[in-house]
Amino acid sequence: MKAKNQRLTLLILAIVAVLAAVLLAMSALKDQAAYFYAPGDVARKGLVLDRAVRIGGMVRQGSIERLQDGTTIRFVVGDETDATIPVTFTGIVPDLFREGSGVVAEGRFQQDGSFVASEILAKHDENYMPPRLGPQGEKHKTETLQ
Amino acid sequence: MIAEAGLAALWIAAALSLLQLALGGAALRGAALDHAVRPVSVVQGVVAAFSFGCLVLLFLRTDLSVLLVAQNSHSAKPWLYKFAGTWGNHEGSMLLWVTVLALAGAAVALFERKVAERTLIATLAAQAAIALGFYAFLLFASNPFARLNPAPPEGAGLNPLLQDPGLAFHPPTLYFGYVGISVAFSFAVGALLTRDVGPAFARAMRPWVLAAWTLLTIGITAGSYWAYYELGWGGWWFWDPVENASLMPWLAATALLHSVTVLATRDGLRAWTLMLAVVAFSMSMVGTFLVRSGILTSVHSFAVDPGRGAFILALLGLYIGGALLLFALRVGTVREGATFEPVSREGALVANNLLLSAILGIVFVGTLYPLAVEAVTGEKLSVGPPYFNSATGPLALLLVLILGAGPLIRWRRDRLAAVARRMAVPLVLSVLVCLAFLLFAPGIGILPLLGLMLAVGIGVASLAPLWGRNLRRTPLFTWGMVIAHFGVAVSLGGMASEGAFTQERLAAVRPGEPVRVGPYTVRLRSVDPIAGPNWTAMEGQLLVEGRGSAFTLGPQARTFTAPPTETSEAAIATRIDGQLYTVLGRQNEDGRWQLRLWWKPFVTLIWFGGGLIALGGLLSLIGRVRREGRAKEALA
Repeated sequence: MKAKNQRLTLLILAIVAVLAAVLLAMSALKDQAAYFYAPGDVARKGLVLDRAVRIGGMVRQGSIERLQDGTTIRFVVGDETDATIPVTFTGIVPDLFREGSGVVAEGRFQQDGSFVASEILAKHDENYMPPRLGPQGEKHKTETLQ
Repeated sequence: MIAEAGLAALWIAAALSLLQLALGGAALRGAALDHAVRPVSVVQGVVAAFSFGCLVLLFLRTDLSVLLVAQNSHSAKPWLYKFAGTWGNHEGSMLLWVTVLALAGAAVALFERKVAERTLIATLAAQAAIALGFYAFLLFASNPFARLNPAPPEGAGLNPLLQDPGLAFHPPTLYFGYVGISVAFSFAVGALLTRDVGPAFARAMRPWVLAAWTLLTIGITAGSYWAYYELGWGGWWFWDPVENASLMPWLAATALLHSVTVLATRDGLRAWTLMLAVVAFSMSMVGTFLVRSGILTSVHSFAVDPGRGAFILALLGLYIGGALLLFALRVGTVREGATFEPVSREGALVANNLLLSAILGIVFVGTLYPLAVEAVTGEKLSVGPPYFNSATGPLALLLVLILGAGPLIRWRRDRLAAVARRMAVPLVLSVLVCLAFLLFAPGIGILPLLGLMLAVGIGVASLAPLWGRNLRRTPLFTWGMVIAHFGVAVSLGGMASEGAFTQERLAAVRPGEPVRVGPYTVRLRSVDPIAGPNWTAMEGQLLVEGRGSAFTLGPQARTFTAPPTETSEAAIATRIDGQLYTVLGRQNEDGRWQLRLWWKPFVTLIWFGGGLIALGGLLSLIGRVRREGRAKEALA
């Protein structure tokens, strides 16, 4: 094969490989990207029952209750709207999980509008605020600094 | 005074990088200034390091009149975290970034003697151009030396999740790898400017790529283990965007490492190698943008400031765009390289490159897709392990298969039948392993099953290049390749075993109540309060019995005072065949304590394999440098 032809073949192969990868990626994304819901979004967008989603908001004061088995908890996530989502989770909650602070949970909605979390995300830091509550979070941060 | 000295040094380093760029440009145009570029480059590295040293000193002294120290440090912190805390914040880590960049340029100026002088000048000029942008970023948007007047009585402290010895090792090694790839980028830009691409150029670039890749491997491995034991979630890779930010340059650098070998040995893949060098450092900058712009929220993004994100994005566009433009303009004039047959070592290396590029594409799309969607539609979504595992898993396994076969294929031309014969033993072993698991451990999932069978087969195949050789006369870089490839198999085995056989128990227990996990029975004896230097904790006394022995573990739930945070410290027992991972949760109202226990068979192989990969890189590096040195002596 001539050098020029081989380079062209390689180039085409590379483009095909990367395109195939991206197409594969896009189709996988369609099925597997988890959408993010704030409590206020549920009424607007409707419930999705067929896939895992993430929800985020603030844990309502006084809403955490523990079930008999000792490892399952229920709590209510709210945001600046009146909407709330009741959440059930079995497991050890992350260190920063407490009433009145931000939370992001991954799991599935149930028919009745409640949410069964498979994971409460542990990776946010103490400064984390759900995006819509951001500005207040920023103010809080500068206050603690002074 | 120290802060002012540090700031002054930073300005001087920026001025030197401008000088270096100007001198390099003039020298390339024919001015007789070649001899000036190397020294300027070295001095720039020294001055940048001095500036970084000043910041370290400020942190060690906890000088609270410096804003950055007041925001991120605390006088009661152990000295190790005062020291490592220097880069546990946005400004400090960016200063480390640019210091590494300057040091990498200085190292090239000091030690690189093989590449053509004009290409070297162009390389150093490119390195200076990158440094200049990031100096500007520090000086105008992230000044680490800003003063705070009046000084507060006490600092705000360091995020407790970062208060771990891992902080002392993970970021520096990662940065040396991450930013070290800039050398490959600058070499590529230099070669494009002088149009001098060939085996000699490849041999000159290879040690730098090897060094950066080795450090990047260590950084990623260390980061993975750190996240594993510190976050208390038992996972070793979360496909978090910041993890992907370090994986993407690694994938590109791995591809580059292999294509540069084709260029050095067979003078093929000229344009492709240059392209990969550009892509690899572009991925480092994309990673820097993702992590440092505040666009993501995680333990890695220290502050949210949109101005900084825009600044880094502008630098990113400038450098990547500039390099790609140069590539587009010049690549047509780079002379054609040699051609080769599909069934040959080169052919296998091309397959390696295509697969690595495809995996890189998938990770890139998955990482940036949520950001793009949010920017366009405002819709928030997250892309997690299901996507990454199912999309990259099959390609990665195919890649590992080629990894096993590649070194057994001859350069130039080989016959498929002969290759198959050389692969016979590993293939038969793989099938046997597969049958054994199907018989004795059915239902472990298709990816873990394929992973386990490939790990065994490829582990054997990767050692095959040593077969029938005099081991003492085998060149060091061949040893390096074999060990690195074997490390991939070891790591894959660990991942597959962890995925297939991990046992998890979650329980709320009273003292004395037994919980079984894996081969062990765990009892909580008591929970006692203890105190550390800047934290207090509840420590669970776990009595673990099993396999004829008994030992205790003490997982803790720590409370830090500055900043007020709670973290859990997992207690891990490492055995030859796995780890017992224990986490103490909270106490319920009824007095029971939550325990989370995992038995993870052979999980340590993941990081042990990572270590072997890095060791292989190191041996190759030493082998290559020694051989070049000997070749030079022979010439003289």
